[in-house]
Amino acid sequence: MIGIVIEALIKSALIAFVLLTAFAYLTFAERKIAALMQVRKGPNRVGPWGLLQPAADGIKLIFKEEVMPAGADKVLFFLAPILTMIPAIVIVAVIPLGPDVELFGRTIRLGITDLNVGLLYILAIASVAVYGIVLAGWSSANKYALLGGLRASAQMISYEIALGLSIIGPIMLAGTLSLQGIVQAQQSSTWYVLWQPLGAMIFLIAGLAELNRAPFDMPEAEQELTAGYFTEYSGMKFSLFFMGEYIKMVAVSAIATTLFFGGYLGPFVDKLPWLGILYFAIKTVGFLFLMIWIRLTLPRLRYDQLMAFGWKVLLPLALFNVVITAVVIVFVG
Amino acid sequence: MLPNIPELVIFLVLAVIAVAAALGMLASSNAIYSALFLVVNFGVVATFYLLLGAPFIAMAQVTVYAGAIMVLFLFVIMLLGAEQMKPTSHNLLWQKPLSIVLIILLLSISFYVVLGQGVSTGSDLMQNTSGYGSPSAIGTLLFQKYLFPFEATSILLLAAMVGAVVLTGVRKQRRRIRKSRRL
Amino acid sequence: MSQVRKLETTLDELKTLFSDKAQTGETMVLNLGPQHPSTHGVLRLILELDGEEVVRCVPDVGFLHTGIEKNMEAKTYLKALVMTDRMDYLNNLGNNLTYCLAIEKLCNIEVPKRAQVIRVICAELQRIASHLVWLGTSAMDLNASSVLIYCFRDRENLLDIFEMIGGQRMMTSYIRPGGVWRDVPDEFVPAVNRFLDYLPEKLADYERMLTRNPLFMRRTIDIGIIDPSDAVERGMTGSSLRGSGINYDVRRAMPYSGYDEYDFDVPLEDGCDVYARYRVRMREFHESMRIIKQALDKLEPGPVITDDRKYSPPPRSELGNSMEAVIHHFKYWTEGFSAPKGEVYVATESPRGELGCCLVGDGSPKPGRVHFRTPSFHNLQSLSFMSEGYLVADLVAMIGSIDIVLGDVDR
Repeated sequence: MIGIVIEALIKSALIAFVLLTAFAYLTFAERKIAALMQVRKGPNRVGPWGLLQPAADGIKLIFKEEVMPAGADKVLFFLAPILTMIPAIVIVAVIPLGPDVELFGRTIRLGITDLNVGLLYILAIASVAVYGIVLAGWSSANKYALLGGLRASAQMISYEIALGLSIIGPIMLAGTLSLQGIVQAQQSSTWYVLWQPLGAMIFLIAGLAELNRAPFDMPEAEQELTAGYFTEYSGMKFSLFFMGEYIKMVAVSAIATTLFFGGYLGPFVDKLPWLGILYFAIKTVGFLFLMIWIRLTLPRLRYDQLMAFGWKVLLPLALFNVVITAVVIVFVG
Repeated sequence: MLPNIPELVIFLVLAVIAVAAALGMLASSNAIYSALFLVVNFGVVATFYLLLGAPFIAMAQVTVYAGAIMVLFLFVIMLLGAEQMKPTSHNLLWQKPLSIVLIILLLSISFYVVLGQGVSTGSDLMQNTSGYGSPSAIGTLLFQKYLFPFEATSILLLAAMVGAVVLTGVRKQRRRIRKSRRL
Repeated sequence: MSQVRKLETTLDELKTLFSDKAQTGETMVLNLGPQHPSTHGVLRLILELDGEEVVRCVPDVGFLHTGIEKNMEAKTYLKALVMTDRMDYLNNLGNNLTYCLAIEKLCNIEVPKRAQVIRVICAELQRIASHLVWLGTSAMDLNASSVLIYCFRDRENLLDIFEMIGGQRMMTSYIRPGGVWRDVPDEFVPAVNRFLDYLPEKLADYERMLTRNPLFMRRTIDIGIIDPSDAVERGMTGSSLRGSGINYDVRRAMPYSGYDEYDFDVPLEDGCDVYARYRVRMREFHESMRIIKQALDKLEPGPVITDDRKYSPPPRSELGNSMEAVIHHFKYWTEGFSAPKGEVYVATESPRGELGCCLVGDGSPKPGRVHFRTPSFHNLQSLSFMSEGYLVADLVAMIGSIDIVLGDVDR
């Protein structure tokens, strides 16, 4: 019993550490990739190739003055960044990072846990993740922030449905809600993206919308709402919002990898289980790159167009996908 | 049979939080805070489901109630700018005594039921139906035993959705007329 | 002179700008700007919003008021020229040109052929530079962030060319009354040719990124519709007007600097929306390049500034051996030249529309009154009309599409 607790604590601490580092270097990677795509140099002053830039940014943000707007609701203004950050981290708990390994005579699962309702857990956490943004918008006592918060709540609800329906495909194919189970099911068949191309696409689009990433970044559309819901935030609270957003990017990429791209599966994983983590990381980074690429390429949708797209295009397509999958499973097997 | 101690402690702590959140929801004069207290309450109830070995219901509770429905509540409150409650108007004054009477009634009924039947720990109930909260068990129940109510509910929801679409459709038409007049 | 009106607006006066709903809180009054990422400078828009729908949009200008017109009255004609660079900071050479044309009309100065051709090349290069900034920023308004950087990269080539001819990247003051400051250097023509070879390929890239992009089309088609009659009523000119299908281009309507000798089309679109205005400007890139190519062919050796020593400084070589030249030199740079009494109006086609200059000469070396009819100011008038009933996001696209420069609005 004690052993299990210690193992879980160590793994949680490790994953939290990895996620925070990933956040820091994801911001760096985004700036570098953006610079390369836009014929610029990007950060290159702090450390070799600018590699210490995230650290410099972090130190700067910690020492920045925290400004509290006069009319703000102090409790919620303080809580909002935390409420954004926590779901982003805990969502990773159910994602399997690799097969079981032997270490110090113990069998250790790579990944914090494996729930038999793992996917539902992800949906549940994703659905409460919006609170931080909505409350930030409301508590700032700023009209831009309020508009951002309103947009966020409407957008999240709309895209959650398509997101939820898009993952039904892999569930039906694997016959389980456990993510470990879904990965193992892909070992015997192939990656589910081949069986579920439409589902994978819907998942990616709805995932981008859940993340408020361009071209769906309505809640923080600089050109319209200056900075949307975090207009009034500064210092560490501001960086918590960013942390939340980028860690969510990692989480969505990891989930997409697990559901549609075989998770940690790859050649020689059965012999060298540690390779699983590497494959998993490579696939996740691929998705992160895709997200950054999309952001740098596409213009933003308008708010009402975004809602119409979610309800009139994505939702029917997702439903259609579920029906087709069901029919195929029943008649073909 | 005694319930095991850690479970009981967790239950008691959660119960206190649940009641406190419920009271907070009622007492708060700010509608946003009320809504948030309700979210906390839903979260605690979801944890109760987990304790009872029903993870599917727990997750559904969080996703649907704490996630979707309460976000919509917040959306409406924020959109209307109705955070602060207006002072009670005169024609609602009679509600206060009535509510006290109703509360007393409710409490006495619960006490009667609980004391009359004795406290059940629920453990024996759980043993009888091991795995009753698993997704597959619920799916089987929904699509076999309770198929008709399930389908009836979906038709009800569909009707509600069509109603909403019709209502917003009317509004859009009005907007179009205004615009064409402008041009 | 009548009493100067009090500048502060009272609350009651402001209230009349909005509907009654704004007072009950049913609609929201939002102050967009003057410091806002997408107001292209310091434009303040007071919006009345119903949800996110614009009910009323009241532009408030004057945050970049520099008093250039009034200041010019205190300077000699030549020194005042420097200030015109700073009005529309994306059309520096065009502003120079307009002002110089006004002086030339007032004083009856003949401009040599070569100077006219150089002026046309400069004006068209400037138009391309300005349109590149417009393309970048208006794409940025729709969050196509990469286009902004690409356009500024391309504009850098033009700024290098301007530095080559005028010694300055933006505030060149290169065009002078009677001609241009000095002849273009030898590297000028090859540099322009290189740019003309370079740009079409890049423009094709941007067209690929935007013109047929479904997201871009959704954001711009049927947005910010302004009917031709409404556009004319509100004094719109330039590409924004041509996006509503009205064929009015000062280069054709009132040719100056020999524009009547060039073969070019005036691009027209009849969509009346943001997309139409985008298409017009994208085609104008190519027309400008056509004009520049023809002008480069016309470029023949000759003087680049009038030899009337009253209006142009004598060349340095004459100063050593001609007393008269020294006197002219001294008079020209100290007292300046006097213009006859009279009033003239000259218009040019700036990248934004009709840029007019009304110049009143009072016989002294300083202008009696200078007034610029700036296209941004008049085009901005249409914004409040255009935006009613659209969403805030559309408003941002519209601001980009009428291509205002706040330095041009406020002067």
